[in-house]
Amino acid sequence: MFEFDWSSIPGALPYLAEGMVRTLQITFIAVLIGIALGTVLATLRLSKSRFLSGVAAAYVTIFRSIPLVMVLLWFYLLVPQLISRIFNRPNLDIRVLASFVAFSAFEASYYAEIIRAGIQSIPKGQFAAGNALGMSGFQTMRLVILPQAFRRMIPLLLTQAVILFQDTSLVYVIGLQDFFGVAYNVGNRDGTLVELLLFAGAVYFVVCFAASNLARYLQKRLAS
Amino acid sequence: MISIKGVSKWYGDFQVLRNCSAEIGKGEVVVICGPSGSGKSTLIKTINGLEAFQEGELVVDGTSLNKRGIDLAKLRSRVGMVFQHFELFPHLNVLRNLTISQCRVLGRGRKEAEENALKLLGMVGLEAYCRKFPAQLSGGQQQRVAIARALSMDPVAMLFDEPTSALDPEMIKEVLDVMVDLAKNGMTMVVVTHEMGFAKQVADRVIFMDHGSILEDKPKEEFFGSSGSERCQQFLSKILAH
Repeated sequence: MFEFDWSSIPGALPYLAEGMVRTLQITFIAVLIGIALGTVLATLRLSKSRFLSGVAAAYVTIFRSIPLVMVLLWFYLLVPQLISRIFNRPNLDIRVLASFVAFSAFEASYYAEIIRAGIQSIPKGQFAAGNALGMSGFQTMRLVILPQAFRRMIPLLLTQAVILFQDTSLVYVIGLQDFFGVAYNVGNRDGTLVELLLFAGAVYFVVCFAASNLARYLQKRLAS
Repeated sequence: MISIKGVSKWYGDFQVLRNCSAEIGKGEVVVICGPSGSGKSTLIKTINGLEAFQEGELVVDGTSLNKRGIDLAKLRSRVGMVFQHFELFPHLNVLRNLTISQCRVLGRGRKEAEENALKLLGMVGLEAYCRKFPAQLSGGQQQRVAIARALSMDPVAMLFDEPTSALDPEMIKEVLDVMVDLAKNGMTMVVVTHEMGFAKQVADRVIFMDHGSILEDKPKEEFFGSSGSERCQQFLSKILAH
């Protein structure tokens, strides 16, 4: 009979907290940059220029067709050379930077599709109304369409952030100590891997369950 | 003010406007009517460049829409438009609906824009509603706000695209009253509508369209007399039957 040994968890809490900070850091940065870049991609995708629309479509298709792990590894192998040349900062943790870039770039492709659908859900008459008042296409988008579209998209954006929060655990492939990575290492060190992973799983579950419920609540509220 | 010469437009193979010509002078009120699908809305939308056209010439207040690279946004800021479905911005309150383009397009200061907005809201009788959101207003009130919003840009002409056809019958009058006042104050207006009472009251001319062509363009006395084409008489007898 397997006996659980939870004793190594209390002592490891500070490390686990550090790992959680890293996890949240990657999540927030990827959400912010992902939404910003995704908005640009979505508007390009919907633009009248075939070229711009094609570039955006290609970006989205490529990133949605490649496993996240590979994107992460590629950026880990690619970004260091680029970044160290641009910033010339040798003590910068390349793995952290690579994870920021990879997740942001990857999430942008998913956010782009959510935002595109959001923009398309706004009645055409709103574009016409903005234009008829003398606004430029850019102004109409920024002042009229996007504020309405984002309000409708909040639940979906949040749901995507929950998925991202879980996916950040993949940074273990580039040796980054996020929440999952710390739990794994502590468990290995103390021979309590099963307990640590159960604990980590429970924490992920609580966070994601709460966020998902928030998304559902917002969806109901926004629908009414 | 507005000069339309031989304007034609196609959607693919389908011709929606056939060689349309009309002159609308400063201060004139012109009503465009005709059965649905006759191209009235499309024609009015070509005037402020919301719809492109392939043939013909269109000049609005000295600006030709034929020239390549004309500043459409600038032209539109000088021509007000009122839509069938109001198209107020639902995420902004009434006051902000009226100030946003004044501030962002004309570069007016917030205070000046708000004073102007309140004056216009007073004119359409909705000053007290300035902090409400569009969804809190009735259809008639929303359309009056939309008219005030278009006026906030100090337009040289106003286009109305079926401004009362999405309204409940009891709200039509309050919107038409505002439009009648505007007309009497000398605003240049092009109005697509089936409200023949409005046409009889304030229109200088009535244009009748069918299948993308302008079939009649007459002073209202003549138009409502019996001299019109058969197709036009037919249409009038249908909408005036009750």
